[in-house]
Amino acid sequence: MQEHSPTRAPEKGERAARGSGSAKLPACSAAIPASTLARGAGTLARSAAAGTAVKCEVPGLLAAGVTRRDVMEVKDANSALLSNYEVFQLLTDLKEQRKESGKNKHSSGQQNLNTITYETLKYISKTPCRHQSPEIVREFLTAMKSHKLTKAEKLQLLNHRPVTAVEIQLMVEESEERLTEEQIEALLHTVTSILPAGPEAEQKKNTNSDVAMDEEDPA
Amino acid sequence: MFVLVEMVDTVRIPPWQFERKLNDSIAEELNKKLANKVVYNVGLCICLFDITKLEDAYVFPGDGASHTKVHFRYVVFHPFLDEILIGKIKGCSPEGVHVSLGFFDDILIPPESLQQPAKFDEVEQVWVWEYETEEGAHDLYMDTGEEIRFRVVDESFVDTSPTGPSSADATTSSEELPKKEAPYTLVGSISEPGLGLLSWWTSN
Repeated sequence: MQEHSPTRAPEKGERAARGSGSAKLPACSAAIPASTLARGAGTLARSAAAGTAVKCEVPGLLAAGVTRRDVMEVKDANSALLSNYEVFQLLTDLKEQRKESGKNKHSSGQQNLNTITYETLKYISKTPCRHQSPEIVREFLTAMKSHKLTKAEKLQLLNHRPVTAVEIQLMVEESEERLTEEQIEALLHTVTSILPAGPEAEQKKNTNSDVAMDEEDPA
Repeated sequence: MFVLVEMVDTVRIPPWQFERKLNDSIAEELNKKLANKVVYNVGLCICLFDITKLEDAYVFPGDGASHTKVHFRYVVFHPFLDEILIGKIKGCSPEGVHVSLGFFDDILIPPESLQQPAKFDEVEQVWVWEYETEEGAHDLYMDTGEEIRFRVVDESFVDTSPTGPSSADATTSSEELPKKEAPYTLVGSISEPGLGLLSWWTSN
């Protein structure tokens, strides 16, 4: 009987498989179909829905074409820019999902995710982004078409909601050459009218309107 | 501020999790691996955006777990060059002003990028902008906890993966622990009109 160390975790699939191939183990014990291990039918249905079959075969048969690259690869480090509102939406939905599913079994490894989502949500909630909605963003982008700004500039305007000309000059490159004073005013007007203000500004607006009402009463 | 990064990785699902839906297990594993971690030359990973493709899952001899190659997109914090950000002052030191965003702390504004003229007040350990007007010089203090608007001018990634034991003899007597370097740091600047503490520029 050949010595075969069962606990050796294969570093590269091909190497281990070749070893087991030479040990002449019967195929049924070497290649355990994943279907018998997956007790719930849900798992198979899920991966079938994902469009891939959960196969199990002994890799290293080069016909399988498995090149075991254990290193994580970054295919595109800049595939799309996200606005703060999109990240806010994503994290809020994630938080809801995790609250519903119950967090007992998740706590150990999920601490990092909890920390980063909490801190990022805390940060974004203090910006004007939290009152935005997909319709507002769409309206904003259509209104911006006439001003001929780059994607990065529009994104900054969306995220920060500037109210003064100084802020516009910071976010728009070479604004003195590209925009006249009236254009800057028009841009400010578009931004402040379409995008809702941040939480503190809303409060201030409410107290101002209250003061105005009090002044009218004695008259 | 945030970008979407496409990545590919092999996710290992141990046998005792086979009863769970594959997508959920994979999402959890990816978040466990990447959330709140810095990937070299990419940025600070926040959370999984979506899974674009799941390839075939394999079970290798000797290991009962399934290995699935996953193509997915991750939300990463990676501000572009010259982007304007708003953060909170964490503290001041002779090296400059340290700013934090809550979820990201390693932002430094070096003394030469402050509004000039600036001086470091040793007693209070704060940087001060000596703002000149016709009436005289106002000292504008950059206190801890204040909100500050700055521009990102530079970023640096440091590979903090562990290195093998060094053959040098100096390391045998370790009086000082190896300095912990932040894997991802940003350098900011506030030397333009409109930048600096928000309270300096609000017209109330």
